Amino acid sequence: MSESIGHFARSSSPSFSGTPPFPDAARIALADEQLRTNLRRATHTIRDKRARVVAEATDWEELRVAGAAIKDEVLARLPELLVELESNVTAAGGIVHWARDAHEANAIVSGIVKATGATEVVKVKSMATQEIELNEALARAGVAAWETDLAELIVQLGHDLPSHILVPAIHRNRTEIRDIFRREMAAAGRPAPADLTDDPVALAEAARLHLREKFLRARVAISGANFAIAETGTVCVVESEGNGRMCLTLPETLITVMGIEKLLPRWRDLGVFLQLLPRSSTAERMNPYTSMWTGVTPGDGPREFRLVLLDNGRTDTLSDPVGRQALRCIKCSACLNVCPVYERVGGRAYGSPYPGPIGAILTPQLRGIARHPVDEQTASLPYASSLCGACFEVCPVRIDIPEVLVHLRAEVVRQHGWRARTLSQEAALMRPLAIVLSGPRQLGMIERLAAICGRVVARRGWIRRLQLPGLLGAWFRRRDLREPARQSFRRWWRRTGSRGADL
Amino acid sequence: MSTPTSRDARSVVLERIRAALGVRPIEAAIPVEYRVPVAPDVDLITRFADRLAGYHAIVHRVPRATMTEAIADVLAKRPVRRLVVPDGLPEAWLTRLEVERLTDVPQLGHGELDRADGVITACSIAIAETGTIVMGGGPGQGRRALSLLPDYHLCVVDADQIVANVPEALARIDALRPLTWISGPSATSDIELSRVEGVHGPRTLEVLIVVDWQHWPVSGVPEASIAPGSRGTGRT
Repeated sequence: MSESIGHFARSSSPSFSGTPPFPDAARIALADEQLRTNLRRATHTIRDKRARVVAEATDWEELRVAGAAIKDEVLARLPELLVELESNVTAAGGIVHWARDAHEANAIVSGIVKATGATEVVKVKSMATQEIELNEALARAGVAAWETDLAELIVQLGHDLPSHILVPAIHRNRTEIRDIFRREMAAAGRPAPADLTDDPVALAEAARLHLREKFLRARVAISGANFAIAETGTVCVVESEGNGRMCLTLPETLITVMGIEKLLPRWRDLGVFLQLLPRSSTAERMNPYTSMWTGVTPGDGPREFRLVLLDNGRTDTLSDPVGRQALRCIKCSACLNVCPVYERVGGRAYGSPYPGPIGAILTPQLRGIARHPVDEQTASLPYASSLCGACFEVCPVRIDIPEVLVHLRAEVVRQHGWRARTLSQEAALMRPLAIVLSGPRQLGMIERLAAICGRVVARRGWIRRLQLPGLLGAWFRRRDLREPARQSFRRWWRRTGSRGADL
Repeated sequence: MSTPTSRDARSVVLERIRAALGVRPIEAAIPVEYRVPVAPDVDLITRFADRLAGYHAIVHRVPRATMTEAIADVLAKRPVRRLVVPDGLPEAWLTRLEVERLTDVPQLGHGELDRADGVITACSIAIAETGTIVMGGGPGQGRRALSLLPDYHLCVVDADQIVANVPEALARIDALRPLTWISGPSATSDIELSRVEGVHGPRTLEVLIVVDWQHWPVSGVPEASIAPGSRGTGRT
């Protein structure tokens, strides 16, 4: 056992830190054809399924509006709701801890685990624990943390990083998964059968057997939470495979790590969210298993329940009036699946446990952009978008992601020193542009100039392969420009006047 | 119980939240009362059966008068020799059973549960819209592990227990009980997005819907079973 822990501690987790800024990371990801094929297939499939199942819900827009309103209410009343939650969980026999940051959360969890004497834990998939890098902290404390979600298991055994919120191993095909199982399962427990094929059914069976013994002997489990109800103290976990049920009911000690924004005020609010989440995430009317529990129930499930409430940048996010809507997020990943950028580069290019559109607005805020300048990689994230707005359309809680992206871009620019703001290429381009756009006469002159130059440079109505230096050159390297119009509309109108051709 | 450090963290976090909200408070949104849509005039039993079958559960309708025989028949077709029977399951349901019964008093260990072939339970409530069965630990349902570890789960749903949608179900459920919402056997699509049934939870879910005479389909022929996956936007 200790060899396995050591093995996992030493060779574990590549970390997201070290990812280059998004444009560079994207270029690397774009070269990976396997990844692009997998992602394209995955995102298009889920996209279509989601569209069908949402169309069936005739009150979908009302649900979205209600979802957004409930989550805004949560944020507006956050202190009192957290206190209410704590009181109800405690009354039901649970123990509540508060963590200001990742370091503190890890210390709390490690302490609880060590106090039980356990040297291993089983984990239900939790973005919050990924965010705080809990597995690594536990490994340093001599505790092996076994991921039990099939995709997380694949990522863990493959010493890899997840590339999607919902299907983290989507960048792996079945043959790679078979190879990972064959190579790595033995070190972590029950080995894969020697004749393991790459048939998904066989792979799932291998995972089932490999994990079963861990479920049956685990004394401690760690989970996240999809929702926690302030009114009753109930915690809710939504899943498909049954590993959640295993972790939440079989061990003696259950630790749940939850971001402070994951609340709902009242029991009946679940009615809205249990309709929004399954349709938005796995594109089903309802996912196979949802577990709900309140504190401790003697004779049914864990004897000890610990809830760790995590800040880790959420209060920073809350302080930004435009950006705080990102805290409505219920981690459904619908935005990832429709994003044309994400579809082509996958999650790892974002260098954060939260990829895609939501990651682009949440990660910089969690990393404190409201309080201080952020590093170059984080600052590149709000630019990882074409602002097409597809994400906003599918978001079940109506987070206006494009609005926040533009807002954060302004924040990034503001954080550049005055030197960068005034002396950069971008500034050099923006200043003359400001002059040109300052009045109709200036604009008119430029239009005439552009028409003349265009006639010289264009071939058959197009300007292609324009060689220019710097930023402008980069823009033209990827785009062709139509030849500018011979005369602007206003000129034509002035010439022909209101007696002109019928419009 | 909180350690000194934890108490500090609590005050700090709450203070941070208040500070974050204090500068620019969120305009109190007019509380949007989500109006639960009026349940469509659909046969709830049929909708429930269809949707659950769409998840590849095996669904039968049985008349109340013959439910005991039906239970025995269904089990006879399965390789179930050792069946977990939770406390409070009506004895009348089990009179025709010819399998070894495992009761949970004293509590079965994880290993014993794992070695059982199947479990039979009642349920708390069922939801037609989503094809969901809710188990709440009441009579005949048992603690959560009982319906988790055995590989086969036979659930008996009374037609009267079926409500139209999720909000209706929530209004009738006791929030403080440990609850499991089941919508089909377990599944994963993590491998190349191809759906595989049966990972950790019971790989076979079989459901008997007990109905009174007047709820037979119009054809008059009792619908013995609905083929799995034949209807609805089930999972692919």
